[in-house]
Amino acid sequence: MLLLDIKNLTVEIDTSTGWVKALDKVSLHLKKGEISALVGESGSGKSLIVRTIVGAIPDRWRITADRMTWKGQDLLSMSAQQRRKIIRNEMSVVFQNANHSLDPTASLGQQLRESVPANQLEEVSFWQRKALRTDIIVKYLHKVGIKDHQQCMRAYPHQVPDDICQKVMLAMALVSKPELLIADDPTMGMEITSKVQILRLLTKLNQTQNLSILFIGHDLSAIANMATHMTVLYSGQTVESGKIGWLHKRPLHPYTKALLDSAPSFRKDLAPKSTLSSLDGTIPTLQHLPIGCRLGPRCPRAQKECVKTPKMRHISSHFYSCHFPLNRGGK
Amino acid sequence: MSILLEVKGLRAKKVTKSGLFAKPKVFELAPIDFVLQAGETMAIIGENGSGKSLLAKLLVGAERPDAGVITLNGEVLQPDNIKQRCLKIRMIFQQGQGSINPGLTLGALLDEPLKLNTEFSTLERKRKIEQTLTQVGLMSEHAHFYPHMLSEGQRQRVLLARALILNPDVIVADEPFAALDPSVRSQTVNLLMKLQRNLGVGFIFISHHLGIVRHISDRILVMKNGEVVETGKTDVIFNWPKHDYTKKLVHAYQTLAKTNK
Repeated sequence: MLLLDIKNLTVEIDTSTGWVKALDKVSLHLKKGEISALVGESGSGKSLIVRTIVGAIPDRWRITADRMTWKGQDLLSMSAQQRRKIIRNEMSVVFQNANHSLDPTASLGQQLRESVPANQLEEVSFWQRKALRTDIIVKYLHKVGIKDHQQCMRAYPHQVPDDICQKVMLAMALVSKPELLIADDPTMGMEITSKVQILRLLTKLNQTQNLSILFIGHDLSAIANMATHMTVLYSGQTVESGKIGWLHKRPLHPYTKALLDSAPSFRKDLAPKSTLSSLDGTIPTLQHLPIGCRLGPRCPRAQKECVKTPKMRHISSHFYSCHFPLNRGGK
Repeated sequence: MSILLEVKGLRAKKVTKSGLFAKPKVFELAPIDFVLQAGETMAIIGENGSGKSLLAKLLVGAERPDAGVITLNGEVLQPDNIKQRCLKIRMIFQQGQGSINPGLTLGALLDEPLKLNTEFSTLERKRKIEQTLTQVGLMSEHAHFYPHMLSEGQRQRVLLARALILNPDVIVADEPFAALDPSVRSQTVNLLMKLQRNLGVGFIFISHHLGIVRHISDRILVMKNGEVVETGKTDVIFNWPKHDYTKKLVHAYQTLAKTNK
């Protein structure tokens, strides 16, 4: 059964120039026990999807979707209270920019203690609960790779480096034993050894506890290592989605190819100091979105038809939206 | 090849005191020696708090060393002679957004180093600014723009222009690619490599991204706890790491890269 099923999600934002579609018909689905990756550059709406799923966006924005369900329950039509319950008990989010998402006025220990759900403490009598709480936290801190838990719990967010903050956020997310972990760039700015450690931890949790993970980021090497499915976003449009192996071997959309080529570690045959292939121009801002396919102005294969938004097409379960896909000749 | 920059026995000590009675924390940078050839790229890698940024600041003269000699083209750089140093060694800081004055147009921003360090007339300065902007792939009209009107990638280009405008011999960059998105990042990497080929500047950069380090650097300096644990040619370090810490780094990088075939 599908755990999370989103179809044609559109989020519109009211700006001074009128309503802007920040997300334009994005589809995403996640099976139980699956690791799925959401890839895109900044401004592609990755974080907006996360915020829509957990309901952390302003009321005045317009959200429409054909389907947005969690285990068959419609997330959009349920009451705020019900939704909150689901999000507290069954999902956890690691937000981007850990040291901005933590409370600067409380120590990390206080914040961690708060994140332990009450139902895990019910089995012991009330005077033992404080100790149990601490035990649980320490266990999770060790799990995410913080050795000196005492110093970490005493510290305030500004006193510890960014990567410790991120690990603490991860511990806070995992402590409620969620079914789905949404990790928004959990390894951003980390050095490579702790990155590998975190990725290994997530993979292990996925295998042993059947945790589903929605992994968001633009670090393709990290994603390719663990995810099975990948959805590529560009400027709020789904560009391509499917099994990660297929996307690697035969990317159909020019943007996916550009993204894959831009990571030098991806190609073994690349001579040192050779020119990397890249797309011209930069990511459009929300106020100046091109019509039709939003990659249009930067795309090397763009033609006249690209001013119309391409429909989602697919080869078995490999979805893409492009008028002139790559690599179609062979098959 | 000729030796461009030579650092011998560079040492520094940094004391941070958190409270009135708290024990001050002392961070020591062990004696550092390295040589940079002309037109070469050197990458500094290492964990957080290993003194990478401090080394970069020492090189550009933003911090004073306790001991050690920095020689550029056979000429010893005095720690006090900021003017001499900032003509020859320029720095690109970590955060593109934070190191640009938001109240100045790009023209005024790039004008400042010229005003302070050269004898150029107004017209010459203007011409130089236009030339540098086109060199880094912007247009001369961008001189009238304010920083907030630019995208992140363009801002990185402005920082590069500010570093290049005095025709330096060495550019030191602290995490120049960290904040950039992949497609923009490869543009910037290409631009840097092109400029280096054309101008022959030495380039020292700090990065966590080992993929890029492997791609563009000739030489790597691995740092840990203020010490240089290993230094050598890029392919030697990546293929035959000697020190345990380097082995750990390279191994981690390879486990990430393995599944990407």
